Amino acid sequence: MNKNPNRAAICDVLMEQAAADKDIVVLCSDSRGSASLAPFAKKFPEQFVEVGIAEQNLVGIAAGLAKCGKKSFAASPACFLSTRSYEQAKVDVAYSDTNVKLIGISGGISYGALGMSHHSAQDIAAMSAIPNMRVYLPSDRHQTRKLTESLLKDSKPAYVRVGRNPVEDIYEEGNVPFVMNKATVLAEGKDVAIIACGEMVKPAKDAAELLEKEGIKATVLDMYCVKPIDREAVVNAAKKCGLVITVEEHSPYGGLGAAVSQIVAAEGLGRVINLSLPDDPVITGTSKEVFDYYKLNAEGIAACACENLRKEL
Amino acid sequence: MTENYKVLSYELRKQVVDMILEGNGGHIGGDMSVIDILITLYFRQMNISPVNQDDPDRDYLIMSKGHCVEALYVVLAKKEFFPIEKVMQEFSRFGSPFIGHPNNKLPGIEMNSGSLGHGLPVSIGIALANRMDGRKNRVYVIMGDGELAEGSVWEGAMAAAMYKLDNLCAVVDRNRLQISGGTEEVMAHDDLKERFRSFGWHVIEVEQGNDSDALNVAFEEAKRIKGRPAVIIADTVKGFGSSVMENQVSWHHHVPNDEEYAQIMKDFEERKEAARHE
Repeated sequence: MNKNPNRAAICDVLMEQAAADKDIVVLCSDSRGSASLAPFAKKFPEQFVEVGIAEQNLVGIAAGLAKCGKKSFAASPACFLSTRSYEQAKVDVAYSDTNVKLIGISGGISYGALGMSHHSAQDIAAMSAIPNMRVYLPSDRHQTRKLTESLLKDSKPAYVRVGRNPVEDIYEEGNVPFVMNKATVLAEGKDVAIIACGEMVKPAKDAAELLEKEGIKATVLDMYCVKPIDREAVVNAAKKCGLVITVEEHSPYGGLGAAVSQIVAAEGLGRVINLSLPDDPVITGTSKEVFDYYKLNAEGIAACACENLRKEL
Repeated sequence: MTENYKVLSYELRKQVVDMILEGNGGHIGGDMSVIDILITLYFRQMNISPVNQDDPDRDYLIMSKGHCVEALYVVLAKKEFFPIEKVMQEFSRFGSPFIGHPNNKLPGIEMNSGSLGHGLPVSIGIALANRMDGRKNRVYVIMGDGELAEGSVWEGAMAAAMYKLDNLCAVVDRNRLQISGGTEEVMAHDDLKERFRSFGWHVIEVEQGNDSDALNVAFEEAKRIKGRPAVIIADTVKGFGSSVMENQVSWHHHVPNDEEYAQIMKDFEERKEAARHE
């Protein structure tokens, strides 16, 4: 099992490029450890800004740096970054169009037992609703690396959510299909389309394997780009399958499921079932315990597919 | 002959009032209190013009009290960033880029603002970037006194001192009024000097905050301070320039009627003439 969390992959890329690119600046709000960015701070102190526990300051300062040509990466727990500094994300980053990449670490329910204050089950909805803000939830460390490399090449605002714990690889090192703002097709079947993002991609992929044993062919999309969503991929999957299941570590409102539903409904292509966290404070537990409880696992996704295809697993 | 900045201030005040009349809205009281700060910065202090507006060595201004954008527009027009006629015709109109708060898609405006408490942290980022790049330029941020109730201002106050940003100068337009009443009744901070000092800032108080010469002396002092940021607390008068508006809370956001307009223009003209002979 991979021991490198996605957040560390971001640090790796920034470390590789910071020596040659002095405009890369990393900002933390007493979060360098939890963001896996302590090695960056140590190696590149001149390109690192600590703001203390002050998320509004974090994002405002990041925007000011970007105004002067810096490539700002502001990393803070997603729960705080997507709420406490929401207005700075809206005004200083998106509206002012500054080159700030907001890195929401320990996203979703990564902080499990710490409770709702530390969960960010609303971040996709919040960030997606801001004009000129992109939203990315990479699935594994290899895709996170590709995404980070790609983000370093553009100068537009973006919000990236990564989880706290290492997750199993979806892709193989050196063989990571990645096109910016295009979903990655992990399986192609005609019976059901499973569209997932972030940590839900792995159970989506596993669910397809379970369904395969039952003779059900699933299409699986890794929709790491929740905004701008890959509309074409959604349309193709819905056209092919008719039944679409979305899976996300997020509230039922305003996330991946909502975005996919809008497209499928507008095109009149089929049904969308949204598997998500509930509209409630999430039950206490580790990520795995919580996902299992809410059936956000391979078995739950497969069962949902079967039920909706009126078949028994 | 040296420019008479008082005369200029009344000419520009007239434009502000006309713009607010044309656009049927605007933060007239704050425009009148802040305009001398803007004039002093743009005409006597800052290295900024349409020619060097993209030069990384330019001086930066962030208008954190973005609602007083009308005063900023007339000063930028006077600096020839855009024609004053265009602002007058388009301010607040359908589809116009001349919005009621700063819009950085316009020349001369660095950042969008409007929500209070954003400017200081943004300015800190700009000051840090310039220092990282070894530049000698300066960064200015103008905040209102009511704005200082925003917690993010004090997050910024901490960071600016921690990073010893002596290339950063904040200005507080201390006009003592906000939309609901006197600042000391809404959220008191009459110990402003002590507050900034306790955060590690160099504090300069300007008793005549609508006097460009007095402000200019303060900006010169701020430039000499090393190792910490400076804040100029400018004791201004809200609605400065006409007895109709001065120190009147109801003029925070107000469009003058015909009678008021006539009196305001008369007052401006009289004060301008007096300034011409000072």
